[in-house]
Amino acid sequence: MTLHLTILVFFPAVCGLLAAFNPRWVGLIAAFVPLAYAVAMVADFDVAGGLQFVTDDKWIPALGIRYKLGVDGLSLWLVLLTTVIAFASMLWLAVRQPSDRPGLFTFHLLLGETAVLGAFVAQDLALFVLFFDLMLVPFYFLVGQWGGENRIPAALKMVIYTLVGSLLMLAGAVATAVLTASNSGHDLSFVLSDLVANPLPAGTQKWIFFTFALAFLIKMPSFPFHGWMPDAYRTMPLPALAFFSGVVSKVAAYGFLRLVLPLFPAAVESFHTWFLVLAVISILYGSVQAFTQTNARLILGYSSVAQLGFITLGIFAIDAAAQGAQGALLQAINHGLVVAPLFFVIALLAERAEGSEDIRDYGGIAFRAPVLTVLFLITALATLAMPGSANFAGEFLILLGTFSSVQAIAFVAALGVILASVYALRFYFRSMHYRVGAQVQSFELSLRDGLVLVPLVLAILAFALYPQLALQSGEEAVKTTVQAVSR
Amino acid sequence: MKGPAINWEALSPFVALTAGACIVLLAGLARSRGVRRGAVPVLTLLTIAVTAGLAVWQWDIREAIVAKALMVDDLTLTLLLVFLAGAAAAVLLSWRSEASEEAGEGEYYALLLMSVLGMAVLVAANDLVVLFIGFELLSIPLYVLCATHMRREQSLESGLKYLIIGSVGSATLLYGLAFLYGAAGGTSFDALAAAGSRIADDVLFLTGVALVMVGLAFKASVAPFHQWTPDVYEGAPTPITGFMAVATKAAAFGVILRLFDVALVSAATTWAPAFATLAVITIVVGNVGAIGQSSLKRLLAYSSVAQAGYMLAGVVVTTRLGVAATVFYLAIYVVMNLAAFAVIVAREREAGVGDDISSLYGLGRSRPWLAWPMTISMLALAGFPATAGFFGKIYLINAAVDNGYAWLGIVIVVGSAVSLAYYLRVIAAVWMRAPSETPAPLVAGRARPLIAGGSAEADAEARAAGVAPGAGAGARLRQPEVVFVAVVCALVTIVFGLYPQPLFDVARDAGNAIVSLI
Repeated sequence: MTLHLTILVFFPAVCGLLAAFNPRWVGLIAAFVPLAYAVAMVADFDVAGGLQFVTDDKWIPALGIRYKLGVDGLSLWLVLLTTVIAFASMLWLAVRQPSDRPGLFTFHLLLGETAVLGAFVAQDLALFVLFFDLMLVPFYFLVGQWGGENRIPAALKMVIYTLVGSLLMLAGAVATAVLTASNSGHDLSFVLSDLVANPLPAGTQKWIFFTFALAFLIKMPSFPFHGWMPDAYRTMPLPALAFFSGVVSKVAAYGFLRLVLPLFPAAVESFHTWFLVLAVISILYGSVQAFTQTNARLILGYSSVAQLGFITLGIFAIDAAAQGAQGALLQAINHGLVVAPLFFVIALLAERAEGSEDIRDYGGIAFRAPVLTVLFLITALATLAMPGSANFAGEFLILLGTFSSVQAIAFVAALGVILASVYALRFYFRSMHYRVGAQVQSFELSLRDGLVLVPLVLAILAFALYPQLALQSGEEAVKTTVQAVSR
Repeated sequence: MKGPAINWEALSPFVALTAGACIVLLAGLARSRGVRRGAVPVLTLLTIAVTAGLAVWQWDIREAIVAKALMVDDLTLTLLLVFLAGAAAAVLLSWRSEASEEAGEGEYYALLLMSVLGMAVLVAANDLVVLFIGFELLSIPLYVLCATHMRREQSLESGLKYLIIGSVGSATLLYGLAFLYGAAGGTSFDALAAAGSRIADDVLFLTGVALVMVGLAFKASVAPFHQWTPDVYEGAPTPITGFMAVATKAAAFGVILRLFDVALVSAATTWAPAFATLAVITIVVGNVGAIGQSSLKRLLAYSSVAQAGYMLAGVVVTTRLGVAATVFYLAIYVVMNLAAFAVIVAREREAGVGDDISSLYGLGRSRPWLAWPMTISMLALAGFPATAGFFGKIYLINAAVDNGYAWLGIVIVVGSAVSLAYYLRVIAAVWMRAPSETPAPLVAGRARPLIAGGSAEADAEARAAGVAPGAGAGARLRQPEVVFVAVVCALVTIVFGLYPQPLFDVARDAGNAIVSLI
């Protein structure tokens, strides 16, 4: 019984309540403490130790809901990723305070961090659903109050789309617990380990499986449930978007690994081919959209659809060696690490092109901004999974896993790797090279912006050298999860 | 001849309410305006506090008193506390309102207490006749209270409409009760329950059940018997609307729980599918109806219809868990709604555009103490986590799934998803709209004399009490009691959203009071 995870999860939100006094420093402190905690946890983590730093306390005995938090190989690195990206966003906010109500903005972003961290460490189904739904609230306010054009309809659309999924999942979660209790004869319990120990009959699993899958596919977003994404991405303020795209979508991928595979193995086994097909369509659709869009945010948005398609592919590969799922976990971290700096880069590009976020207005920015160019190039190369990057390792593992599961799908999915280089390089070249755009007034990366961007890029490089770190700690947990299905 | 032995201790909350109502009525006769405006509400609050104290003192009792006419148990006492919370908030919100002044303070508050007494009798009823007495004692004061804002045309219209529709409901109910009596040969719930299996498919009995169901559905605003709700809610003085929305609803559900789960439980296979159908219709009608509303009170009226649909799910399942889930939801429903109504009261007095949604524009910037309660209330009604509404929904779905009504759980969540469309619109108005988008205040026409008063002095008085012409959306009035209600309700919503266990315990006690269920 330790308090560590409670502090990790709730520190940002509680500290955020004070943000009205000094948004800049409160935000930095509120995001730094969890980061330090997460680093310490990674250092202290025992690779063979299973669930660690467990907090298990009674909360609502009437409903069998326990306050159980814990970290294992599945969530460890995602927790670290969350704290890293959140700190980067806070740093960005500290150097560029929004002019309007910065305290409230900081509070909402910190509340978002709390919700995401909570979802990653929750070991109780109801607690997970609670944090998963809570995630939406701060982002609704962030889009609706600080967004650009059409912010109110975009915010509404985002919430309704994602909450339809989450609410169905809520019903599914309650049904899982209640039916498990009545099947096994135990008391009602939402604790994950209890639910996993007493699987439901296959017929029941199937309909509940769909409520969970829908929630996660919408959140990712995956084709054809991405309808909310373009509007929300177009209008969300950038520091929030970096966090949202970098981390929030990963909760969905994590949800598949943490909940869907262990709780509904029979359903996963019967439907996994369909999800592979859906993933491949996502990859192709996202990639094609990403190289036809001209709005820089949408290029990244659709590229995320494609990348999350890869992650889904890896999760549902269900190969005997669990390579697909391991790749998926690695890729979830990679994608978060590259997409967040890219959103900051968009903000910097827009500053050099009179605020435009259309890549047709860019061009030739590289001449007067070599450092920015180098940082952008490294990130872009990581996005397209250049050999040597951690993304390469991730996609390679995913394709390997898929290949040993359903060969034909692996062949088609491999096209996605090629398409990724098309859209990533197009974005990079159109902005940095080519003829100098009419509105472009390029200048070098300032020191304070470098403060945000350079550490993130260094993290990408470091991770490219040692992807083993994340793979090793996740291996055991992932294997147990996947082999529960293929068994 | 001796009368029945009476357990006065168990009866004490009822006695306290009656005595309090009489004292308040007499105090209202005082000539000093200060006494009327000051002492009367304080006496009312005192009565409420004493009654609540007595209810807590009698906790864990389970006894049928007064010749088994009234059942005093945890269900009765829990719901009594719910009514008292609603009444206390209504008193605070009415403190400086025009409605209470125009009605003469004494009458207004005495009627309010009488209505609470009626609710208490209704949910305690263990006999068909007592049930009807409680039903009328609850309704008749409310008909009057709706019409107390005599200078507003809609208030009179609202009172009249409520009277007519309410009478239809009462008549239907009475007719149904007569059928039940005819079939069972007794008026007590025990007699009905005992006759249960013998008459379960008697036509007379089933007709009675159907008519009673309709009569109570009117009161609980269950679709398709909800049409009066938006009109009456819109027209009534806002504190009374708030009281009706929370307390009447709780009373109607209290009596539905006791009548159907105790007296008519043997016919559950007949009425449960009917209630399940009504629940689905209610959820759909309420949620779809609320989407297009621009008046906040109409919006909350439709929202209350939808919420009634959710709570019906707890009735349908006929288990103690279902009763507990319904009681839990009723309790949190009170605080969620009162927070919203308090904010509407405050803005009605300040902004001068009535209860239009535009009265909330820019509230997040200018009045955070009103903006946050409104936001929390809407999020809770929509069932967002970290608010009590989240656990309310979980508990209801839990009860539904537990007894094989998983599809009803799905209907609840689909309804909640639709409800986001209007709850979030309110939040968007609070935080995301600028006050400059507010239309011009409609001050003219509000002081129009109708039937009562109409003198120049009265008009001047009304204007002084209300909004000064042209004050616009920026005006700030000192109304700490209204802000207090809003903030306290919002806080309770959040606290029960983070630590709901105490409320779960209370709800479970209430559910266990219904011994006829498993």
